[in-house]
Amino acid sequence: MATTTEIPITLNKDEILRYSRHLIMPEVGMEGQQKLKAARVLCIGTGGLGSPLALYLAAAGVGTLGLVDFDVVDYTNLQRQIIHSTADVGRKKLDSAADKLKAINPFINLRTFDTMLNSSNALELFREFDIIADGTDNFPTRYLVNDACVLTGKPNVYGSIFRFEGQASVFATEEGPCYRCLYPEPPPPGLVPSCAEGGVLGILPGLVGVMQATEVIKLILGVGDPLIGRLLLIDALGMKFRELKLRKNPDCPACGTHPTVTKLIDYNEFCGIRGEEKPVGNGVPEIPVEELKRRLDAKDDLFVLDVREPHEYQICNLGGYLIPLNDLPKRVHELDSSREIVVHCKMGGRSAKAVAFLQQAGFKKVHNLAGGILAWSDKVDPKVPKY
Amino acid sequence: MSKIHIPTPLRQYVGKQASVEVAGSTVGEAMSALVAQHPDLKKHLYTDDGKLRAFVNLYLNDEDIRYLQKEATALNDGDNISIVPSIAGGRDEDFRFAIFAC
Repeated sequence: MATTTEIPITLNKDEILRYSRHLIMPEVGMEGQQKLKAARVLCIGTGGLGSPLALYLAAAGVGTLGLVDFDVVDYTNLQRQIIHSTADVGRKKLDSAADKLKAINPFINLRTFDTMLNSSNALELFREFDIIADGTDNFPTRYLVNDACVLTGKPNVYGSIFRFEGQASVFATEEGPCYRCLYPEPPPPGLVPSCAEGGVLGILPGLVGVMQATEVIKLILGVGDPLIGRLLLIDALGMKFRELKLRKNPDCPACGTHPTVTKLIDYNEFCGIRGEEKPVGNGVPEIPVEELKRRLDAKDDLFVLDVREPHEYQICNLGGYLIPLNDLPKRVHELDSSREIVVHCKMGGRSAKAVAFLQQAGFKKVHNLAGGILAWSDKVDPKVPKY
Repeated sequence: MSKIHIPTPLRQYVGKQASVEVAGSTVGEAMSALVAQHPDLKKHLYTDDGKLRAFVNLYLNDEDIRYLQKEATALNDGDNISIVPSIAGGRDEDFRFAIFAC
C-alpha cells in the first residue's frame, strides 16, 4: 500500500524492541514495520468489529489510526465490544477506545472524530487516510462507506456479522469489485418485526474484526493474497469457512464503466429509512402499561397474549399466553375472539403487527401494550429484567 | 441432487436446517424445488410475479449465477448452491434480509 508520506520513517530503540517479533520475520522486517508506521487507517465505528480491529492495528504499529464514532458505551455492548470496560458505561466510545489504544501503544498517532459519518463529511475524512475499515452496523453507512471509498480511491476493508454468521471482503480497490457490485441496492425495510431475529454471538465480531485487521495489515505490507474479489462466509456454529468469487460488475452504479454514483447521496433515503425508526404501534389501539396493571389488579377479564419467542419468554414474562408472532396465523384458532385481548412483545413493535393481524382476522377487542415488557419493567415492576 | 446452503436468517423457514438437498437440472429448478418443499421461504426470495428478488444473490459453488447462465445454469450432481444475504451488522433493526417481505 503506497502512502503519501515523504518523510523517511524511522523506528526508535523502544519501537524496535516492541515490534521485534515483526522485525525478525522477513515478510514484515524493518521495511514492513516502517510501512505500518507510515500507514493511515480509518476505522468506522468502535463497536463489535471496531474493538478488535483497532486494538490489533494499534498493537501492530499502524502509525496513524483514525476512529469515527458518536456513540456512548452501553451496558449491553460489553458482551462483545471488548475495547470498552464496565467502568466505561456512559462514556463516549471514542474516549474509552482512545484510552485503551494509547495504553497499548503510545507510539501511534490517534485521531478521533466525534461525529456521525455522513455524506457531507465522508469524502474529506477519507482523503486523509490510506485504508478504510468498515465496522458499522447499518445499511445506510455501508453504502456511504462504499461509495466514498470508490470516489476517493481508498480500499474498503469490509466485515459484517449476524448472529452466528459473518462476511468479510476487501472492496473498492482499483482492480477489484465494490460492495455495490455485489449488492447494487439494499433490501427494502421490512414489515415483519426484526427484534426476534437479532442478536449476535459475542465472539463473532471478534473473529471477523480480526480478519479485517489482518486484511488491513496485508494491504499495508503488500504481502499475501488479500480478500479482493472474494467474499469470505464465516459460519461460527459449523465453524465452516466458504469463499465466493466476486466480480467487478461493468454495470456497477458506483465503480462500473458508466457510474451513476458520482457524488454522495442521502443514504437514509436510499435505504428507505424515514427519520427516526421507532417501534411504534402503526395506528392500532394501544393500552399503557399502568392501565394494564390496574385492570389486572381489578381482576378484569383480560387475556394477555405474548408474541415474543420462547427463548425471550424464558428471560422474563408477564404470565401471558405465548404464541410467537410468526406462528400466529396458524395458531389463531387458539384465541377466543369474544374476550378482550392485550398483546405484548419486548418493545411494542411485533405486538402492533399481531394486533393488526388479529383485527383483520375479525377480532374486535384487541389492544397493543405500549412499550411492551420494557415499559412494564420501567413503569410497573422493576423486578422484571430488561434485555 | 444438489445442496442449497441456507443463511442463518432464513433457516427459520426450512425447519432450522443449514442446508437442504433438492433435485433439479438447473439452478432455477432446484430453487423451485426448495420453495415447493418450504413454501414459507418463497416470499423472501421471489417477488409476487415469480422473479428472484434483486437483492438475493445466488451462487453455484463459488460463482455468482449472474455471471453464468443465471437461473438456467445447469447443475451437476453434488453441486452446492448458496443463498447469500446482504447483512449490515449486529444491530437488530438493521437486519433486513429476513424481514423484507410479509
